[in-house]
Amino acid sequence: MPYIPHTEKDFEKILASVGASSIDDLLKGVPEGLRLRGLLGLPEGLSEQELASALKRLGRRNSTVDEYSSFLGAGAYNHYIPSAVRSLASRSEFFTAYTPYQPEISQGTLQAIFEYQTLVCELTGMDVANASLYDGASAAAEAALMARRITGRDKVLLSGVLHPEYRETVKTYLRGSGGDVRELPFGTESGTTIPDAISVESRGAACLVVQHPNFFGCLEDLEALAGVIHANGGLLIAVVTEPVSLGLLKPPGESGCDIAVGEMQSFGNALNFGGPYLGFMAIKNEFVRQMPGRLVGQTSDRSGNRAFCLTFATREQHIRREKATSNICTNHGLCALMAAIHMVSLGKGGLMSLSRLNLSKAAYLRERLLAIDGVRAAFDAPVFNEFAITLGSGPQPALRKLLRKGIIGGLALERFYAALDRHILVCATEMNSREEMDFFADEFAKAVS
Amino acid sequence: MKPRRKGQGIDLEKIKKMKANGTKGLHLDEALIFERSCEGRIGVAPSRFDVPACDAEKSIPRKYLRDDMGGFPEVAEIDVVRHYTRLSQWNFGVDSGLYPLGSCTMKYNPKINEEIAALPGFSRLHPYQGEELSQGALELMFQLEEYLCEITGMDAVTLQPSAGAQGELCGLLMMAAFFKDRGKPRTKIIIPDTAHGTNPASSHLAGFKVVPVKSEGRGALTANAVKDVMDADTAGVMLTNPNTLGLFEADIKEIADVVHKKGGFLYCDGANMNALMGIVRLGDLGVDVVQLNLHKTFSTPHGGGGPGSGPVAVRKTLEPYLPVPRVRKRGKKYSFDFKRPRSIGRLKAFYGNFAIMVRAYSYIRRMGPEGLKRAAEAAILNANYIKERLKGTFDLPFDRPCMHECVFSDKVQQPNGVSTMDIAKRLIDYGYHPPTVYFPLVVPGAIMIEPTETETLETLDRFIEAMKNIADEARNAPELLKNAPANTRVGRVDETKAAREPVLRWKAKPPL
Repeated sequence: MPYIPHTEKDFEKILASVGASSIDDLLKGVPEGLRLRGLLGLPEGLSEQELASALKRLGRRNSTVDEYSSFLGAGAYNHYIPSAVRSLASRSEFFTAYTPYQPEISQGTLQAIFEYQTLVCELTGMDVANASLYDGASAAAEAALMARRITGRDKVLLSGVLHPEYRETVKTYLRGSGGDVRELPFGTESGTTIPDAISVESRGAACLVVQHPNFFGCLEDLEALAGVIHANGGLLIAVVTEPVSLGLLKPPGESGCDIAVGEMQSFGNALNFGGPYLGFMAIKNEFVRQMPGRLVGQTSDRSGNRAFCLTFATREQHIRREKATSNICTNHGLCALMAAIHMVSLGKGGLMSLSRLNLSKAAYLRERLLAIDGVRAAFDAPVFNEFAITLGSGPQPALRKLLRKGIIGGLALERFYAALDRHILVCATEMNSREEMDFFADEFAKAVS
Repeated sequence: MKPRRKGQGIDLEKIKKMKANGTKGLHLDEALIFERSCEGRIGVAPSRFDVPACDAEKSIPRKYLRDDMGGFPEVAEIDVVRHYTRLSQWNFGVDSGLYPLGSCTMKYNPKINEEIAALPGFSRLHPYQGEELSQGALELMFQLEEYLCEITGMDAVTLQPSAGAQGELCGLLMMAAFFKDRGKPRTKIIIPDTAHGTNPASSHLAGFKVVPVKSEGRGALTANAVKDVMDADTAGVMLTNPNTLGLFEADIKEIADVVHKKGGFLYCDGANMNALMGIVRLGDLGVDVVQLNLHKTFSTPHGGGGPGSGPVAVRKTLEPYLPVPRVRKRGKKYSFDFKRPRSIGRLKAFYGNFAIMVRAYSYIRRMGPEGLKRAAEAAILNANYIKERLKGTFDLPFDRPCMHECVFSDKVQQPNGVSTMDIAKRLIDYGYHPPTVYFPLVVPGAIMIEPTETETLETLDRFIEAMKNIADEARNAPELLKNAPANTRVGRVDETKAAREPVLRWKAKPPL
């Protein structure tokens, strides 16, 4: 049998040495009547070669973002992943280990995560980052729960331009504790959360959750929003789904944000049809005892050598059980490792340059699309690498025509906003060449004419 | 390089003679990546600009822009490669050696699954690219759901949860939604004292008050114990089977009856499913909800702490509450169904940890029904072998056939001043990852050993020999244990200091 090294002889030998004549003797604890008769109704096992070709066939039934020109973003970004990322993260000392409970033989994982925590802090301008959460959406939910614990308040405000699936996730996570989750309207012209419009709702709120750049790609005025929510005693939670933007944008920590969370997939993690991705959380020092998830700290061994280990475990489920700050156990450590390798491969200069390249690509494409008759900018706030456009009519016919030309032209916003039934969300990254963008613009012009 | 620590009296010759694999590895010193930084270096530079370079200051207001990248490092590609290669050499994984971490099912992670998951046809798909471009992915998800239904004997599966704990939350929220829907919300949930910490933590998050119940002297829950606390305000019982003592909860059917009579649900934590595949189907035992841990039972790598995947299987009654979207098949076409008014919503963006699903799917296809059953049998056989051979040397609180893992304690070694932690650290010197220690909480000084089915008899024998040797050392030379591990890159790590004087990130030294 695959992956089971025992021969028949081994089986017999072991059975004899434990004083059993068959496996059934060892299953005495399982009442006879409860056991399955016969085999499971599953397809017969395959050889490795058969498996490889069957799965290659299945994979070919999908179309990839390499076969098509994709202008999709919306929380999952197509970025170039340097070879070193996969090559290094594939070292099985990393990926076949588990949570570093035994620090003496897990220093590799521990130091890598300590460095990852530092990179997240540097990127976001915050004091402390945890070792990872599942994804941006569940990280936003954990942040809202944390804000409730810190403020002792119930009401959670969600920007209406927070990723719709993040909003849904926050609501699901908060079902158990009940309470008040409100979605705020956005400025229909700016495409952003309007600070003046939220001052009433902010009263008595635990937190305001705002995405930046937001779901429409627009930049939010975090400082002004922080001013409003802080004046009412609540916390500002900034959600970043496209961290490449932070190579240019002011870190949330310098804009008055109390908890920064979001999605790190852009660094080092493949699109993977939506997962696994990488939730990050970074906070101000004062909240560290309320933080969910694992934390790596620096310490020393008995001889005074620098060493790392998991710390502040008293926040966690295996110690605190129902009083823990979260139920999270397994996190997304390998995704964090890949993100860290990508970030350090870029380094200071590389990240700033990548960020600027994304800005420039999107600006170029936006200009080309807006030059088309009948295509207008949906909102007027500044953007990074993603933006919304409006057509004269529903976008589906145009998107279908583009698809036939090998172009995935973006996301029709009607899927999440019924009123935005002529809108498309378009994203351009370093993966989209000028040639490809020109082709998109030309075909789009034909499709809407 | 810093001078290495002294051997601290470790008897290396003896370990060598035992043909154990020891841990005298190649350990090169390596600074933090930030300490390797040199101004101006870039590891892998992005592509050149093929469009006019945008002046950020012109398109974005100054107040939105950052001044600098703070302490981001500047290192060459070779630095990055050596850095992480060296770090990896300080780590121990399943590929390095036996990793009998109880409750975590550290089985071999097949290489072919990594290759398959990395195929562009799976890894280069955008979650919003549309159903027509993703038929292969949807088919894989649909079939995996069917396989997991068959393995668990349940009616419907969601693949969305990211890990076991999120699966637990998902299952509990569905139970809560069911009662709320009927206008009679329930507030409590019964959890035995042997449970994983995630069970009470997830229950709390789902809004339930935890009612603890003691497993009786035989290390299992009885129907009577449940009967005493189960009432019409209790949503159900959360049970792990086999439980964390590695014992099958034989009363499970009767417990299910008690719970069902009061209108509740039986939730089974499927973390230990590796003992049951093809032997018992939880649905046949009266279980209503179970979460599976694909990174345990279905051989996907643990990644130094994840990512995992925690699908949840339910009976028909709970199916309307599953997260959105569901995968549908009509004719030969697959699609997502988002219109599910009674759904609890979603636990994450998109559809779940798809790349992990690909690996688990590959594993099931490779194994087939016979292979899965054989895996469970071999896992049980190996755990019993270790239990039988170490019993007497170490205290065995529950001496009866176990399932996939067995639990010892340090009771015999305690009089010599040697604790479970010392035994665990000494095992590292012999070249093994320590078992799970101090869990389950019901066994003081627990040593929880799960060998899995993928180890050879010779490996098991060497491990047993090492454990026996350590027991000898505990009697005759306890300082060897107290000072262990002696051969690793760092010695015993000061975890108290880490909590008392927290250093949670690197910081640049302020300029002089």
